[in-house]
Amino acid sequence: MDLQFWIWTAVGISFSIYIGIAIWSRASSTSEFYVAGTGVSPIANGMATAADWMSAASFISMAGLISFMGYDGSVYLMGWTGGYVLLALLLAPYLRKFGKFTVPDFIGDRYYSNLARAVAVFCALIVSFTYIAGQMRGVGVVFSRYLEVDINTGVYIGMAIVLFYAVLGGMKGITYTQVAQYCVLIFAYMLPAIFISFMMTGNIIPQIGFGSEGQDGVYLLDKLDGLHRELGFTEYTSGDKSTLDLLFMMSALMVGTAGLPHVIVRFFTVKKVSDARKSAGWALLFIAVLYTTAPAVAVFSRTNFIQTVNNQIYSNLPEWFDKWESTGLIKFDDKNEDGIVKYVSDSSLNELTVDADIMTLANPEIAQLPNWVIGIMAAGALAAALSTAAGLLLVISSSVSHDLIKRIINPSVSEKNELIAARISAFGAVIMAGYFGINPPGFVAATVALAFGLAAASFFPAIVLGIFYKRMNKEGVISGMIVGILLMLFYMTKFKFGWFGGGTQSDWWFGISPEGFGTVAMMTNFLISFIVSKYTKAPPANISKLVEDIRTPSMDES
Amino acid sequence: MISNDKYWKINLKYLIILLSIWFLVSFGFGILFVDTLNQIKIKGFKLGFWFAQQGAIYVFVVLIFVYVFLMNKLDKKFKEKN
Repeated sequence: MDLQFWIWTAVGISFSIYIGIAIWSRASSTSEFYVAGTGVSPIANGMATAADWMSAASFISMAGLISFMGYDGSVYLMGWTGGYVLLALLLAPYLRKFGKFTVPDFIGDRYYSNLARAVAVFCALIVSFTYIAGQMRGVGVVFSRYLEVDINTGVYIGMAIVLFYAVLGGMKGITYTQVAQYCVLIFAYMLPAIFISFMMTGNIIPQIGFGSEGQDGVYLLDKLDGLHRELGFTEYTSGDKSTLDLLFMMSALMVGTAGLPHVIVRFFTVKKVSDARKSAGWALLFIAVLYTTAPAVAVFSRTNFIQTVNNQIYSNLPEWFDKWESTGLIKFDDKNEDGIVKYVSDSSLNELTVDADIMTLANPEIAQLPNWVIGIMAAGALAAALSTAAGLLLVISSSVSHDLIKRIINPSVSEKNELIAARISAFGAVIMAGYFGINPPGFVAATVALAFGLAAASFFPAIVLGIFYKRMNKEGVISGMIVGILLMLFYMTKFKFGWFGGGTQSDWWFGISPEGFGTVAMMTNFLISFIVSKYTKAPPANISKLVEDIRTPSMDES
Repeated sequence: MISNDKYWKINLKYLIILLSIWFLVSFGFGILFVDTLNQIKIKGFKLGFWFAQQGAIYVFVVLIFVYVFLMNKLDKKFKEKN
């Protein structure tokens, strides 16, 4: 069968499932719209969280990122999973016990202040918009790569689908489509990984396979280290980033993960506190399936890639090389005109430029899998992008309709009108996200990773202090959040877009990269919060009672 | 009778223990002691590298489920005694 036929079939079937689920799970109340009526089972919520969390970037780019960074890529693996431990232990159960709809809800109530609520809304919008623009672009890119349509057409199709189930179903629709999307994306990711692992090592479990021997009896990782040395790269299993920067990057990613509003809000949707803990465990387990496979895929494809192309005669290369070269993801520039491909670290001799995404995208072809597998991969990549976009969309729309309209501007708004407002703002958010997807501001790609820094710098300290430190008052938290997020914005715009005089790596404060700076901004937030709260009035007595209540289990819950 | 205070103290004790392990396997084994652990090899994996790309993640999953187990037990005791 023809490849395009399989791709359209897989994408078509998966999209019909999402639309069917959306019609079946329409939201009829604000509670259903914001938190799926708090009736989601822990396992379903775990899957939904996993799909929500794993974006197009996780699906397409992560294995490539690691295969180019080697050991240094580990901070992404540990950072993006370790955050769930913080979430499960420090945030999710207490926020569920608090039992409202959004993160600004918690901050506004706990700190008895609409100013705190407004600052939280502002932070939620900044974090979510930096993230969603990248997702819509991702939808467009996936469409254009697999289905050979224009990127913009891809964005329009993606917008229409998300619009349909997010506006109709709210959190309820999003939750159950995300469950389906998790199944699609994990199947699509594992299938080629298992095949390649078997092909290269004879072991069908990729996690074990990449520590095994290849067909020539040499351990795969030893062979790859050897190849790297030969070509002048740093050894695959050692890194070249500074230890300090690795520590700061990882902690920014962990804390940022725990502070992302679209992830936190998923834990408002389960029935009870113990379910919130449990579903964080399931979520991490479901995520770990992909995150422990990615480094294996990275090793397989990097070894395979180097062996297949380096020092080979250009005209003899396999067909997939040709195909991906025509998409611009691989570029060959025969500098010494000998017709042989040279792939080395030294940029004056290197003749090959490789886009990291190729490590996942070309997998089925390198492993010579049938065309229907590629169709499923396309559906999986779209599932990853759409599920994340939908989750973010909900945070944006509930920030506007619930936190701004209902809680600040017009508290007397009726439930029916609030629901209409929620749908209109979801609609508006899709249009805006689509606009950014079609006209990506140059900084989108650079800032998605930085959304974690922003979340770490703003939400994480405010929520953790709200639960674990009764004496924390509104003055402390508001100043902490404002200083934290502004400091982070300053550092990332300075070193990523050259504002405020710009600067290069040698100007980094304490040698810390913008990706790792979230940790510094978070520490500053904590520090400012403590100092300011020391010199201002203690919170009123009813807040102390609220915190007490969040900390202890309710007696009627079984 | 378990007081709210007592319940909270036990919870904090669990958190400190579990988060210390969380810190040890990721920041410790995965980054700070990686070179030392890399001296040890298990099949094709250098141990430090394995912790950074595999082991730490498995430990994270286990930690959450251990916390679920401990807290469910504590909650049950709390409700029975009160």
